[in-house]
Amino acid sequence: MSIEFDNNLPIYLQIMTYLKKEIIIGKLQPGDKIPSVRELASELQINPNTVQRTFQELEREGIVETRRGLGRYVTSEESKIMAIKKEMAGDLLERFIRGMQELGFKDQDIISIVEDAVKQS
Amino acid sequence: MVENLLQVRSVNKTYAGGRRALHDINLNIHGGKIIGLLGTNGSGKSTLMKIAAGLIQPSTGGVEVNGKPVGLETKAIVSFMPDRPVTEPWMKVSDAVAYFKDFYEDFNVEKARNMLEFMNLKANDRISSLSKGMNERLQLTLALSREAQLYMLDEPIGGVDPVARGKILDAIVEFYNEDSSIIISTHLVRDIERIFDEVIFIRNGEVVMHDEVENIRLKHGKSVDEMFKEVYAE
Repeated sequence: MSIEFDNNLPIYLQIMTYLKKEIIIGKLQPGDKIPSVRELASELQINPNTVQRTFQELEREGIVETRRGLGRYVTSEESKIMAIKKEMAGDLLERFIRGMQELGFKDQDIISIVEDAVKQS
Repeated sequence: MVENLLQVRSVNKTYAGGRRALHDINLNIHGGKIIGLLGTNGSGKSTLMKIAAGLIQPSTGGVEVNGKPVGLETKAIVSFMPDRPVTEPWMKVSDAVAYFKDFYEDFNVEKARNMLEFMNLKANDRISSLSKGMNERLQLTLALSREAQLYMLDEPIGGVDPVARGKILDAIVEFYNEDSSIIISTHLVRDIERIFDEVIFIRNGEVVMHDEVENIRLKHGKSVDEMFKEVYAE
């Protein structure tokens, strides 16, 4: 596991995004055990309380569940995983569209640019 | 978790000769935190640590550890790593460990052994033959192998190469006991800011900021390092 951290942004948010991605692309499967606070803190060389906070937030969002005495697991509810996939895609799209609008592109131009880019890649 | 593990109240320190090192310092530090004490050279970091460790007296004001004024009782639960080696050059690594074991009741030999291995230090290594980086690793091992409640590390990564620096940070995260607190003084912020919960900025003997690092990033959209450079810009 390796993350290129940006020290200008809260670290716990960056780990959250990273773990969500791992779940979406299936590196972490529904029902998989996730590393302990200690393991992840050592591996990423960051403060254990920061990792703790990441896990708390992921639990709050229902993506991660604690099983008493056993540790933390990725949720088995596929619908939750689909939901975060949509949410992350939405964030990316919103940023992209705003950026393009700031460059002066009209909606139709943006669509055709995306179409061309998708064909090329 | 211990509330108010370290309380510093209106501490002033003026050295003989009139140099004012600390001015009206007030701090409150809880258990279970890794705290950066940040400031340029001569800002008062070492003086503050030495006062909390009971090595020097404040001119006015008081310091309490776990609710008790600094003294014999608090020295038993505070592990201080000064910015100069506490070992003698004639010693071997094993001598230094034995020396600490004799000196401190809470010294955990097992932990020291594990840390030495992690640090790639051999019991038979002569301290006079250690590089600066290896010596820092040894000093850190000795300080963290005590079962203390408050650890204070004065410039543990100052003057060592990036490899040793990485290893020292690894060791701190790896061997840190989550019930205790660690205060780390440094002026090298960028390499180390990710292991802090909170930072204290000290300038000309005064505390100019004390905040959680994630708060700084959230509120200002800045890294602690950038904040540091702004605060200390001349």
